[in-house]
Amino acid sequence: MNKVKSVSILGVIVLALAAVPSSFGQVDITGIWANRGHMDWLDHGRGPDLVDYSGIPLNDAARVKSLSYTAALQAEQERQCEYYTPAYVVFGPFGLNIWTEVDPTTGRIIDYKMGAWIDKDITTIYMDGRPHPSKDAYHPYSGFTTGVWQGDTLTAISTHVKAAYNRRNGVPSSDQVTVVEHIVRHGDILAIMGIINDPVYLTEPFVMASIWEQDPHANVLRTSQPCEPIMEDERLEDGTVPHFLPGKNPYINEVTDRYHVPLEAVMGGADTMYPEFRKKIKDTYMPAAKCDRYCCGPVTDPALKCIRDATGRER
Amino acid sequence: MTDRIYRMRGFWFVAALALSLFLPGQGKAQQAGAKAPAKTPVPAKATAPVDFTGYWVTVITQDWRWRMVTPAKGDYAGVPITAEAKRVADTWDPAKDQASGQACKSYGAPELMHSPTRLHITWQDDNTLKVETDYGMQTRLLHFGGWKGSGASSLQGDSVATWEIAKSPGLDFGRPPEDGEEKAQPQRYGDIKVITDHLAAGYLRKNGVPYSANAVMTEYWDLFKEPNGDQRIMLAMRVADPVYLTTPWVTVLQFKKEPDNSKWDPSPCNPKW
Repeated sequence: MNKVKSVSILGVIVLALAAVPSSFGQVDITGIWANRGHMDWLDHGRGPDLVDYSGIPLNDAARVKSLSYTAALQAEQERQCEYYTPAYVVFGPFGLNIWTEVDPTTGRIIDYKMGAWIDKDITTIYMDGRPHPSKDAYHPYSGFTTGVWQGDTLTAISTHVKAAYNRRNGVPSSDQVTVVEHIVRHGDILAIMGIINDPVYLTEPFVMASIWEQDPHANVLRTSQPCEPIMEDERLEDGTVPHFLPGKNPYINEVTDRYHVPLEAVMGGADTMYPEFRKKIKDTYMPAAKCDRYCCGPVTDPALKCIRDATGRER
Repeated sequence: MTDRIYRMRGFWFVAALALSLFLPGQGKAQQAGAKAPAKTPVPAKATAPVDFTGYWVTVITQDWRWRMVTPAKGDYAGVPITAEAKRVADTWDPAKDQASGQACKSYGAPELMHSPTRLHITWQDDNTLKVETDYGMQTRLLHFGGWKGSGASSLQGDSVATWEIAKSPGLDFGRPPEDGEEKAQPQRYGDIKVITDHLAAGYLRKNGVPYSANAVMTEYWDLFKEPNGDQRIMLAMRVADPVYLTTPWVTVLQFKKEPDNSKWDPSPCNPKW
């Protein structure tokens, strides 16, 4: 009887081993991933400069719209609960919490969910082969996303995304945007390349990448806390829409004045993404003599004294 | 008795099958060790699951002010430096570097890959992938096949590369072929893992943020092909330095494939620009 049991157990092992290859191409990307802040430190932390579109392939319409933007817009009750889009995964500051929803009868993964924390909706990446809906279907901030494994890379495509922003200083994203994400895990590293295509506001794909380290202590939340609009500013209750009129943005020269970056770079455009752009500004760019604000971080050495904020003082 | 024999035979048959499934490599190795002559390792070029060769351009959409141009002295944002690193960086003097023959100090592998450059990637031989840059006219050699360096430090260090080949073919977006498209064939996928050490001390940033000769850089090179024909490299990188970094510096870069060398523009090392 014991031998029969042994044969049965070994049979189960054989079946289990034989079944393994079918899932070899898929890598476990679930878990808690910490953003170390080693890229775009200022963008991720205090936020980008108010007018800085360098490295963004935006078109004239996007530039005009960006220059009309003021963060006071977010005080309007109808905008307080706006979210960022799935592209925020590569330009936002947060860690990631990724988990799966599994079919209880087959055990197959129905979808991956990428958590949101504060200002992004949960992105659901459907893996069950369902089609994207009609172009006229509902456009939530999270969009509609499907994914497929290409080798060890999970490629996700988001459509039906609500109009929002591509940078935290008002660079717009339209509801025609498509976001492709290539999600790769290498050991305890997770890297994502995000390719944003937007026929309304971009002249060519806007490609960014971000990287995280696995960290079970990072305590990244899965969801945002519920948002409830309140009256933040009585001056907006009469229907006023905060904005800058064309040519009236008072911050347009701030980056040039502070960092000496020529205005043609600050205004962005596809050519600012490529090395040859340096020839255009070689004679006009001279670095500032010394960094005097937000000069370091993340600070992880207790002995390090440096200028961490806008006060200009080392601490 | 007969039943017992059959049960025993069944047990050993299933056990052997389980072992042969679980340990296929070991079985072959034992056979080879006993009788067959040792196999010549297949060259890395022949086993490449993807083709990194060609001309590539970096696409600087992030950290623009720190990568496209030389940032101000004292600007160390984003790098987890030690207090000692700051002390050293605060003494940065590009004119002094130029005068002392160290104009290329910011062109070592860790900063080079962040720089505003184009790459020309070719196979130097069957086990060596050559990565040339027009910015600073540098050459990195990624050695496959169990290569061992001399142990001497150099600007680009010793880079040992391995293919990480995906274990099963993926699907091509899971969509049926459209008009004019050939039916998608199973593809091979994989990436290159590169570990670089024996780096001569250099700069992580153009403005003098230092790395020491003890720095070790680990890279993962992934290649993606888009439906519109674009090809892009995502280069995930981790630089560990027990002297000047409190934690490894973790970044990711991207390059886009170019059709030819028409924009290749070699320029020598320049410690200021």
